[in-house]
Amino acid sequence: MKSFDPRINRIQPAEDTTTEMKAGESWITFEVFHQKKRGEHHIHVGSVHAANPTQALLFAKEQYGRRLPCSNMWVVPTDAITAFAYSDDDMFTTAVEKDYREAGGFKVRDKINAFKKTLTENQK
Amino acid sequence: MNQGTINFIFKTADDSFIFGHRNSEWTGLGPFIEEDIAFASMAQDKIGHAWVLYKMLNEHAGLEDAEKLAFYRDINDFRNAHLVELPNGEYDFSLLRHFLFDEAEFLRYDLLLNSSFAPLAHMAKKFKGELKYHTMHAESFMIQLGQGSEESNTRMQKALDAAFPYALGLFESYEGESEVIAEGVFPGEEVLKAKWLERITPIIAQANLKMPDLNVKPIFGGRQKQHTEHFAPMMHEMREVSSTDPNATW
Repeated sequence: MKSFDPRINRIQPAEDTTTEMKAGESWITFEVFHQKKRGEHHIHVGSVHAANPTQALLFAKEQYGRRLPCSNMWVVPTDAITAFAYSDDDMFTTAVEKDYREAGGFKVRDKINAFKKTLTENQK
Repeated sequence: MNQGTINFIFKTADDSFIFGHRNSEWTGLGPFIEEDIAFASMAQDKIGHAWVLYKMLNEHAGLEDAEKLAFYRDINDFRNAHLVELPNGEYDFSLLRHFLFDEAEFLRYDLLLNSSFAPLAHMAKKFKGELKYHTMHAESFMIQLGQGSEESNTRMQKALDAAFPYALGLFESYEGESEVIAEGVFPGEEVLKAKWLERITPIIAQANLKMPDLNVKPIFGGRQKQHTEHFAPMMHEMREVSSTDPNATW
């Protein structure tokens, strides 16, 4: 006997059927950016499904804006974002030592330390 | 505080309380997760509004505390409009009810900003942002689904036609309303109704929906403490915990 339980008996679509999706038939996702205080950066916090940008903002407010202080939010259609492929992450490693490019490599740190040292010595 | 103002606060509180409870029944069953969260959160806001109003009755009219008024008061004393106690049914009806009710709420509190009764004016200011969100949410669904497919438009129209006579019941007069108007507590239900019609008409048109016949008979009775058959079972369920153990704390 054939079971009617959908967990056992799943729909078997005919092999030659192709489903055509029309615009607006399926919802898109929007990336949500949250701004804690006016003047600060908007920071990416997650995404929402929505039918249009207005609704995306409305849902973003409840999902990401109600637990934190919030002054503003952005939503951006996910497909508007261009990203590197993770397989290209070898670009981010440098072949030759270039410490001076990193914030930690700035010589100013030595100067600050030297200044602090004079301060403590003067106090003695 | 005069009896009219007490009645006004009571019915406004009961509307929020019952509406909040009904909408909370969707929690976990909403059409998609984002909407589930938004709808549940708005329901919570409504319970919050009711709480502040009940507390006002306790502090300024010497009535019992908010929790007693909400969970232990005789259910025959409730004066919420029938609109808010109707069962949820399909989501289209809940959305339409939300639209019709919250547009009226937004305008009610907007008028209360100028209330001669300071605690109401203060509350109106405090809740303005929440109510703005509630109307934005409702309007976005009206437009999205009204302008959507033939099916969504038909469903929204049907829900609008069904909910409309009940929504008119929101503006039913109550005992002592003339005092409330005379003392500048609230300009009156008729004033609110006119503003409400003015506000919802263009939104309904923009949503490609037909405005229901304005001469339809409003469904009154709620303000006179009469209710539909759906009210008592809902209250019974809502009070299941508190009636089992009245001293429970959480």
